[in-house]
Amino acid sequence: MAAYVARRVLAGVPVLFLVVTAVFFAFQLIPGDPARAFLGPEATPDVVERVRRELGLDRPIVVQYASYLRRLVRGDLGRSIMTRRDVSLELAAPFLSTVKLSLASIVLATVVGVLLGTIAAVRQGSTWDHLASIVALLGISIPVFWLGLLMMYLFSVNLRILPSAGDDTWQHYVMPTISLATFSLAFIARMTRSSLLEVIRQDYVRTARAKGAPEWRVVGYHALRNALLPVVIVVGLRFGYMLGGAVVTEQVFAWPGLGRLLVAAVGQRDIPLIQGILLLFATSFVLVNLTVDLLYGFLDPQIRYR
Amino acid sequence: MAFFRLHRLAAVGGAIVVLFVAGGLLAPWLAPYDPNTINVQATLQPPSRANLLGTDNQGRDLLSRVVYGARMSLFISMTSVGFGAVAGVALGILAGYYRRLDAPIMRLNDVLLAFPGIIVALTIVSILGKGLENVIVAIAIVQVPQYVRLAHGLALSVKDRVFVEAAVAVGAPDRTIIFRHILPNTMGPIIVQTSLLIPGAIMTAATLSFLGLGVQPPTPEWGAMLQNSLQWARLAPHVMVIPGLALMLVVFGFNVFGDGLRDAMDPRLRRMSGTPGGMA
Repeated sequence: MAAYVARRVLAGVPVLFLVVTAVFFAFQLIPGDPARAFLGPEATPDVVERVRRELGLDRPIVVQYASYLRRLVRGDLGRSIMTRRDVSLELAAPFLSTVKLSLASIVLATVVGVLLGTIAAVRQGSTWDHLASIVALLGISIPVFWLGLLMMYLFSVNLRILPSAGDDTWQHYVMPTISLATFSLAFIARMTRSSLLEVIRQDYVRTARAKGAPEWRVVGYHALRNALLPVVIVVGLRFGYMLGGAVVTEQVFAWPGLGRLLVAAVGQRDIPLIQGILLLFATSFVLVNLTVDLLYGFLDPQIRYR
Repeated sequence: MAFFRLHRLAAVGGAIVVLFVAGGLLAPWLAPYDPNTINVQATLQPPSRANLLGTDNQGRDLLSRVVYGARMSLFISMTSVGFGAVAGVALGILAGYYRRLDAPIMRLNDVLLAFPGIIVALTIVSILGKGLENVIVAIAIVQVPQYVRLAHGLALSVKDRVFVEAAVAVGAPDRTIIFRHILPNTMGPIIVQTSLLIPGAIMTAATLSFLGLGVQPPTPEWGAMLQNSLQWARLAPHVMVIPGLALMLVVFGFNVFGDGLRDAMDPRLRRMSGTPGGMA
């Protein structure tokens, strides 16, 4: 197990390094002068020149890349053009906000998705199965922002029972959580259904039935335990995507998270801030994937020896 | 029963896809009005005989705008997925066929896969700027890693088949092996993959426009129409309901059609192809 853990952890390092490199060089393609962008249009040419030298923009690109890496190692992500504050300070609170929303959504998606998928599989071919399948199909087809808008129109504007913006109370969580969870919920339900249908035909499930175990125990213990292995992977992947996919939901519900910050930063072309957000996304994504890999190795011993 | 139901759903999906493509291609003949003609006498009208889907805040005919929006969606999704498929399949086959290229291409691919599609698209738009052409480039790049991963796996498995070994043995050049033997044997799964990626591309394009970073108003585009509807939904809910419904219907159609296509072509693909389309 230790060797497996070490191998998985080491596999994430080159990906992160490549992400850092790609994020640095991609933004070199932008036309225009970052020093000018930082200072605004009123600055005089000699001030721009001085800042260019201070920021090291007059040096060769490879030297800039090396110093970018050095600063990154110290946790220095540069300063935001919009607010002039350190990017790392700008990211802390929104990141926490996004993580909270994503956690709430993944819990909702997993619980309801597994339940829906199980009902559909156990009652295969019944009305329940059809209903669950249709809900799942609609769930992966509905535009997240449209679902958000419809809920907002119904519950905030018409019925006035839920707040439409912010993250202060639990009521603020209801609509953004549902909106962010829907796609993953449908996805998890489909996955659970097909995985469970495969397992239910296995010999050990028949054995459990034959020895007279009650049906809830056959499904809930013998079948579901094995059927959920692939679902674990999907849940993990979806959680990683949620951290980034929250962009749209956060925009609709004015949720003060990373996604909303990214849209604002892109609108303002605040490059240090965009780079910081991208690195944070990629790091969390790699970490989530690593956790899933480890969890999977822990749950299914066969994986460790491949 | 379940088998029958699946095929019936796939047929419904196919019908929606055909309607969408036909509507997009024939928009100038199908739309009852010019989608950009403003009529201050008839703003925010509910559906009526003159305007079957009503009008928006500037009195523009919503049915005409929805039909032209389909044309825009069709154009963006076909071009971006097309470019993405060509680039991704080429890179994937190269990585699978030439051992030297495997690591560099696949590691770069991992970088793109480390971000949700919408984040990659946002980043590219932030580098290139807003607008139609840049949205197409951005969405094309989002598709590339999906094709690279699939084509790489397929090329690796086809490379070991006997007919490729035979071609190598008789001294066929790499070019012949790739174009005559490997590429044709990857086409089936790649076509299925394409039908499953198109709804995601449609959704991403609409999302970018909704965020104000894609196709700009007054061009009729579903995401941009939804953005515009925010201010008016209270007075006239139909301006918010209609473009979203169109978007959902088309994505739904492609999803069930793609599912059916996948099952029909090769049931084993269930495990191989990517996620169904939709929001990342």
